[in-house]
Amino acid sequence: MTLPSRPLPSSGSIIDFPAEASCFQIEGLGLAYGGKRALRGISLRVPRHRVTAFIGPSGCGKSTLLRALNRLHDLNEEASHEGRILLEGEDIHAPEVAVDELRRRVGMVFQVPNPFPMSIYENVAFGLRLQGGLTRRRMDDIVEWALNAAALWDEVKDRLRASAWSLSGGQQQRLVIARSLAVRPEVLLLDEPASALDPISTLKIEELIRSLKSQLTLVLVTHNMQQAARVSDYTAFLQDGELVEYAPTDTLFTNPSLRRTENYITGRMA
Amino acid sequence: MRAWRWFGRGRLPRSEGPWAWLAAGSVALSLLMLGGLLLLIAGRGLGHFWPAAVVQVEMEDGRVVAGRAVRELPLERGKGRERLYFTGNRDLDGQVWHWLPVDDIAAIERPAELVVLERRRHGEFIGRLIAVGDREAVRDAAPQQAAWTRLQARLAALDQLRAERERLRREGLRPLIRQLDADPDDSGARRALAEANARIYDLQQAMRGEVALLESADGRRLHQPLDEVLRAWRPNAMSPAHKLAAWGGGVWRFLAEGPRDGNSAGGVWPAIFGTVLMVLLMSLLVTPFGVLAAVYLNEVAHQGRWTNLVRIAVRNLAGVPSIVYGVFGLGVFVYGIGGSLDEWFFSDTLPSPTFGTGGLLWASLTLALLTLPVVIVATEEGLARIPVEQREGALALGATRFETLSRVVLPMAVPAMLTGVILAVARAAGEVAPLLLVGVAKLAPQVPVDGEFPFLHLERKFMHLGYHIYDTAFHGSDVQAAMPLVFATALLLVLVVLVLNLTAIFLRHHFRARHGVQPRP
Ligand SMILES: Nc1ncnc2c1ncn2[C@@H]1O[C@H](COP(=O)(O)OP(=O)(O)OP(=O)(O)O)[C@@H](O)[C@H]1O
Ligand SMILES: [Mg+2]
Repeated sequence: MTLPSRPLPSSGSIIDFPAEASCFQIEGLGLAYGGKRALRGISLRVPRHRVTAFIGPSGCGKSTLLRALNRLHDLNEEASHEGRILLEGEDIHAPEVAVDELRRRVGMVFQVPNPFPMSIYENVAFGLRLQGGLTRRRMDDIVEWALNAAALWDEVKDRLRASAWSLSGGQQQRLVIARSLAVRPEVLLLDEPASALDPISTLKIEELIRSLKSQLTLVLVTHNMQQAARVSDYTAFLQDGELVEYAPTDTLFTNPSLRRTENYITGRMA
Repeated sequence: MRAWRWFGRGRLPRSEGPWAWLAAGSVALSLLMLGGLLLLIAGRGLGHFWPAAVVQVEMEDGRVVAGRAVRELPLERGKGRERLYFTGNRDLDGQVWHWLPVDDIAAIERPAELVVLERRRHGEFIGRLIAVGDREAVRDAAPQQAAWTRLQARLAALDQLRAERERLRREGLRPLIRQLDADPDDSGARRALAEANARIYDLQQAMRGEVALLESADGRRLHQPLDEVLRAWRPNAMSPAHKLAAWGGGVWRFLAEGPRDGNSAGGVWPAIFGTVLMVLLMSLLVTPFGVLAAVYLNEVAHQGRWTNLVRIAVRNLAGVPSIVYGVFGLGVFVYGIGGSLDEWFFSDTLPSPTFGTGGLLWASLTLALLTLPVVIVATEEGLARIPVEQREGALALGATRFETLSRVVLPMAVPAMLTGVILAVARAAGEVAPLLLVGVAKLAPQVPVDGEFPFLHLERKFMHLGYHIYDTAFHGSDVQAAMPLVFATALLLVLVVLVLNLTAIFLRHHFRARHGVQPRP
């Protein structure tokens, strides 16, 4: 799975925000699907308890980068990587790291809501049951807490036994967030979580993201520049598998240091 | 124009008219043929149990015959027509059919006193009842009605005696025999056994002795021992309600009783039982194997050229002729595995084989093998349809691959698996050819399930509706007479397959309905 180690690619100076404690530290990350390079020499730090957004044109590697953070690429026999990803200082590819434990710590929400074909309650309890050892009461409490944290409790509290597939798209997406929150992750990765939703649901998800950052670190992939500007603290702009610019969101959107970034955020793409 | 609306709901543009008509026409034709087939089978099969009227036919030359008209054919070179009568009385005539030229018939009557007796030997008797009594003392002076009443009473009494004898055998004899098997010196049991045998002997004596004095339409007489008479009726004297009841009784006996007379009469219960049990066993065997194989191919195996090769091979296995599976089952299961089992565990009964001959287990296994590709393919397609988001959703919560599979993927694939089982059942229930080699029997008096340990006797041979049809149609002494039974059995086979399928479809619906709405795209 790991490529034979080579010298880190040249761009490798780690862009830093000294004031922030880092959650993820990515060092010279490259990733290829078979012969096709999707990421090249990515180095950045994701600050703890902040919202970091990845933006960039379609196919630039945002999802690939995000999925690398909880090793979802492990399942893809084609994918190979180089470089390091540290979570709280530990290499996530180290042999002693159990991948399921890593994924519990780093939750993920996908573009299309993907509740399991179970009741609402069972969906939220899914991750808890995997860990086991919880009493019925404790489980109830955590489910309620998670649904509350995902701002869904009031809408579903009377129908917890109903099928999760009977919820609306926006509700499903919040349910999926609640499901991730229930296992108390340290990081939540969100890959275009609102792109399949209507404007009201989108607003709810954005509010949710803002409210969650007091408890965990969030990494958001979005196509929607306004959304990135509204919810994120830091923004990374990727293009062609490379990190072009990474800065506090205000700076990046108001005063980008590179012409490529400016062209992209002002919509003047080639 | 109306039909057009009806088929196309008026939404098709005019230019598609001919195509729509062609398609609708072929659907209609298929349905028509299917419906016609079922109607034919149902009509011929179910009509058999109706107590049809019997007529007495007098010919110009003075011959008299009693029987049921069956069909009519034109004679050669326009010499009128010829009619076939079923006349029974094989013991008197040596045959049960009479072709009579229609032009030579002088008179046809329907005397109310004509009786039909269903007998354990020689088939039906059609004629008159003269008297009932002891063989030595029976006289023909008895009035018709009194004799009929007496016959009915005696037959009912005989039925009770038979039931009593069965009960004695079951509750009195068998436990004692088992006791003696365990301890041959148990003198108490020995005495009790002798007593029980004596009582059964007495019962049998009580059943013998009485006869019915019968007379055929042309005046020949015969003494018919009553214990060989199963049922008696006078179809011409029966009201429609009465006939309906008799028809219901006939259908019920067909379903609930065992075959008689070399499968040319009686019921098909052991065959129904054998078919259903074999199919259920087959499903139990094929489902886990098929699902595991599909899971391996789709979830575990490296998706490369080899896996694809295996996949293609599996799909092609579905096209192997079923008799080939029968040969395989005979060689591998019966002679190979069964033979070895016999040597290791049942050597005391050799050379008579236990598992080394066809039986329920080997037949189920062979059919499981036959239907395995269907289950694998259906399950694999179900697994492949499960969105990758569902799997990644579980993985992202910290589930291992195994947990993802067992808690999310497999439950979602249950309807697909059941689709596979439905297809497998439909194929297996109608399959006869391989069974000929691995365990079906013309006559298996003991069904493979009973009260004796281990209750399910996997080594026994069993009867099967499909084979029963073949056997009744071609191996009886009188194929003509057996035809209605063939149709009835065929109808039953269709119904059994239908019920088995509906059960699986109901299950699938249940699993699908549990989550109501499908996920949004
Ligand atoms: N499983 C895969 N196998 C092969 N190539 C892939 C795979 N997934 C992504 N790629 C390729 O990697 C590159 C980056 O894809 P990625 O999905 O990360 O882009 P993205 O920035 O998320 O795009 P979008 O905004 O459209 O979602 C693309 O060129 C894509 O074709
Ligand atoms: Mg993407």
